[in-house]
Amino acid sequence: MSDDKTETLKKLPLDSWHRGLGARMVPFAGYEMPVQFEGVMAEHLWTRDNAGLFDVSHMGQVQLDGEGAADALEAIVPGNISALGAGKIRYTLLLAQDGGILDDLMVTNTGRNLYLVVNGATKHDDIAYLNAQLPSDVTLSHMEDSALLALQGPKASEALAKLNISPMQPGWPVPTDLYFMEAGPFMWGDIPLGISRSGYTGEDGFEISVPAEHAEKLAAALCALEEVKPIGLGARDSLRLEAGLPLYGHDMDAHVLPVEANLNFALSKARREEGNFAGAERVLAQYPDKADKKRVGLFVNGRQPIREGASVVDTDGNGIGAVTSGGFSPTLQKPIAMAYVPTALAETGTEITVEQRGKAISCTVADMPFVPHNYHRKPKL
Amino acid sequence: MSRYYTDEHEWVDVEGETATVGITDYAQEQLGDIVFVETPETGAELAQGDDAAVVESVKAASDVYAAVSGTVVEVNDALEDEPALVNSSAEEDGWFFRVTLSDKSELDDLMDEKAYKAFVDGL
Repeated sequence: MSDDKTETLKKLPLDSWHRGLGARMVPFAGYEMPVQFEGVMAEHLWTRDNAGLFDVSHMGQVQLDGEGAADALEAIVPGNISALGAGKIRYTLLLAQDGGILDDLMVTNTGRNLYLVVNGATKHDDIAYLNAQLPSDVTLSHMEDSALLALQGPKASEALAKLNISPMQPGWPVPTDLYFMEAGPFMWGDIPLGISRSGYTGEDGFEISVPAEHAEKLAAALCALEEVKPIGLGARDSLRLEAGLPLYGHDMDAHVLPVEANLNFALSKARREEGNFAGAERVLAQYPDKADKKRVGLFVNGRQPIREGASVVDTDGNGIGAVTSGGFSPTLQKPIAMAYVPTALAETGTEITVEQRGKAISCTVADMPFVPHNYHRKPKL
Repeated sequence: MSRYYTDEHEWVDVEGETATVGITDYAQEQLGDIVFVETPETGAELAQGDDAAVVESVKAASDVYAAVSGTVVEVNDALEDEPALVNSSAEEDGWFFRVTLSDKSELDDLMDEKAYKAFVDGL
């Protein structure tokens, strides 16, 4: 995680727009970012019922160009990138040479290059690592002049449809034709947009890459729609927690291996068989269920939230794990959390005890997502 | 009855030897949606500055310190079922607990309403 105290905070392209809407700004990932507009609870529930617009321009947008880009990236991620069709997106993990998780990221095959979205707090380290690992015929460009907006919620699609966004070429699909984990290039008037049907809330929605100088025009046009309100980081966190989605730097970091992080789905079959990604030997030794610890969801028995840093304890009060994210679920109206527990205690329904500020709090291991995903998936034939 | 304020954004209403303690409207506004309040046990002896309560918003937990020393004689049970009372009525129905004051001279160091308002305006 980056230390915000020692560096000068950067401003997002939409900084003044956020402030004009009454956002409360906080330091996050080296930026001043809007944590809330009207309030976390209201913004969260609005997004679950309507559509919320999130400014995620702090995240790193990176392009990899060169014929060998997919193969080269596969050396440090366990996803099957070379098999990714044009217009398809894959969630994968940036792995250190020992298999530790350096970041989680989205990789899109745009048809002409690879487009990566990485976490804001880790983007500079990620880029340095990628540059050190990639061969000279693969060129990395950091799209620092692009903003990234996420439109999320059950009404995201009907809202986006009102903007009259056209395909980059006649005959190509419009944004609302995309299914979950598909992406494409579009035009909004004369403004080019890269739109992905993806997100971090568990809802249907889109992530829109837009040249920074046009970001405010796009954000204002979206928020002028009756379905859409601006949403801050606070609700982004509570939404992703309900969706069971881990937050890098909290729910996993360089000391955690993918199986421990409960991210087996990111270890694609073909890549497991090839076993040639960074740290593969160590990572695959744990696959599928041989890790000592595992990230799980927790329901808290009672109303008091448990927070990151609280200890999971055994019957003698010895620490055996840790809570890595915790908060109050606005949708379920009760506290939920993610924690690392010994694998023997990771079964759904297992009762465990968490100690927080000297108080023992009883919890139950829960299936994730806590709130069902509402993705617009391609129908299975 | 007199009302006092602390620089930790608590209010203290004093009536005779009894003080009622809560957090200010400014504090609840800063904390946002309050989802849980952990009040002290009745009978607890609090020294000024001790951790007295915890107030939890969707996002974070915040400590509430004992504004004054004393013995807890009553806690606001309504907060158990309706913690949002702290948002809707921070300085009345959303009170946290009552103590029997053990040292009334501690009140001399607290702010009155005018001083607290000036303090908040300066933040």
